[in-house]
Amino acid sequence: MLVLIGILIIIAGFLLRFNPLLVIMASALATGLAAGLDIVAIVAAFGKAFNDTRYVSIIWIVLPVIGLLEAYGLQQHARSLIDRMKGATLGRLLTGYLLLRQAMAAVGLTSVAGHAQTVRPLVAPMAEAAAEARNGALTDDQREEVKAFAAATDNVGLFFGEDIFLAIGSILLMKGLLDGYGYQIEPLHFSLWAIPTAIAAFLIHGLRLRHLEKRMMKQEASA
Amino acid sequence: MITLGFVYVLAGLTFAAFAALGLHDRSNPKRFGNAAFWGLLALSMLAGDYLGDFGNGLLVLALVAIAGAGRIGRAPGGDIPAEVQATRAATHGNFLLLVALIIPAAALAGTFLFKWVPGLADPKQATLISLALGVLIALAVGMARLKPPALLPLQQGRRLLDSVGWAAILPQMLASLGAVFALAGVGEVVGTLIGTAIPEGSLFGATLAFGLGMALFTMVMGNAFAAFPVMMAAVGLPLLIEQYDGDPAVVAAIGMLAGFCGTLMTPMAANFNLVPAALLELKNPYGVIKAQIGTAVPLLAMNIVFIWLFAF
Repeated sequence: MLVLIGILIIIAGFLLRFNPLLVIMASALATGLAAGLDIVAIVAAFGKAFNDTRYVSIIWIVLPVIGLLEAYGLQQHARSLIDRMKGATLGRLLTGYLLLRQAMAAVGLTSVAGHAQTVRPLVAPMAEAAAEARNGALTDDQREEVKAFAAATDNVGLFFGEDIFLAIGSILLMKGLLDGYGYQIEPLHFSLWAIPTAIAAFLIHGLRLRHLEKRMMKQEASA
Repeated sequence: MITLGFVYVLAGLTFAAFAALGLHDRSNPKRFGNAAFWGLLALSMLAGDYLGDFGNGLLVLALVAIAGAGRIGRAPGGDIPAEVQATRAATHGNFLLLVALIIPAAALAGTFLFKWVPGLADPKQATLISLALGVLIALAVGMARLKPPALLPLQQGRRLLDSVGWAAILPQMLASLGAVFALAGVGEVVGTLIGTAIPEGSLFGATLAFGLGMALFTMVMGNAFAAFPVMMAAVGLPLLIEQYDGDPAVVAAIGMLAGFCGTLMTPMAANFNLVPAALLELKNPYGVIKAQIGTAVPLLAMNIVFIWLFAF
């Protein structure tokens, strides 16, 4: 039971808005001590895991390219493309991106798009332009919400598309775990059972995107 | 053969350049902290395999100390004026779009190429390696046509990373915390707790506990992969599959997706929820989570109903 102290530290630390890196380190130390490890062993275990997961942080190598393109006006160009497309509404644009992201993830292409590669330079500015094309200038809060929904749409598309792909990590994890308990299941069965949720995710998030678009128009009308 | 080691060297050199440029940015009162932070990260990328476990641990402690003491931050101002960007956009327009699409296109092409033609690159890391190659190609094409000052991409990249700040290593830190949790047996304890909280003899109660447990435990750990073995051992296998004779493929597949609904609602999944908020310069660091809750909650309910309908 004592090892749960790390979870409490995390929750309290995030709620009280301490620096998350400090909270994580405190949680790791407290959890390790509660489990009877000594400080050196905890620091070494954390260091080993940090080194093993470096691939998580290599996405930042795309920033020089994004920085170069943005300095030459990529975001403005993405916006002007939307301005020229008459039918491009906020809802249609993000729903289209949702479908594309789900479809790509479903065939295993998960790292092709993402927050650094596509959302910041392309999808977010396009979504802002599409909202502005209908409603005129956005308030700061509206702009913030449109950008947040662009990022949210990327996440929903990725999460509820990727499990349809046979060779994704989570399917291998399920197969490995059930194998260990004596249930032999073909990866295809896991993939097929991910489809109902993928459809539900598309419908629910798509409806919310339509609702977002309507809400933006209403706020504009009442302002 | 190209391996992940090549990508780490590239990342290490990029972070080292960010550190050096940051050190020379006299407009930034926190330049020494920035330089130390990105410099240590460069060291980790370039030489992490030679530092030893404890050495890497000390490196992490130093990163946490710099960030925790508030020693890193972005210099104010220095943005390229919107009018300049707009004029340049009018000239270069579609070329910029083309270069931006080189990275995903290279990731796509490389993923297939490296799997079909063995020996070129490590097929297990094909996408990450292709992504890195795509960055180099995009940079070369962009530099050749736009002819910017030589350091402009690195300077602008550094400014972007400075605005993300310490959140840039948050995902890696949380993944490492997960490893310590696993070592301490946190999962087993949580699983036992949830297992004892289920009402006896109720199929729907057990399904509900399994789905909610997957989502809640994923929110705590920031990762459905960490929650899955625990919830399967505590509830999924003994109750849903063995006692109530549920279809293991349905329980596992949809249970995992119930966990993904939890991922949408937690700051612990930093790379999906907090990092984009920083990258898009949102005022509210939890803005992306706020936008996702309205999708995650009904979808979690659907997943629980799906398990109940399809597994039994």
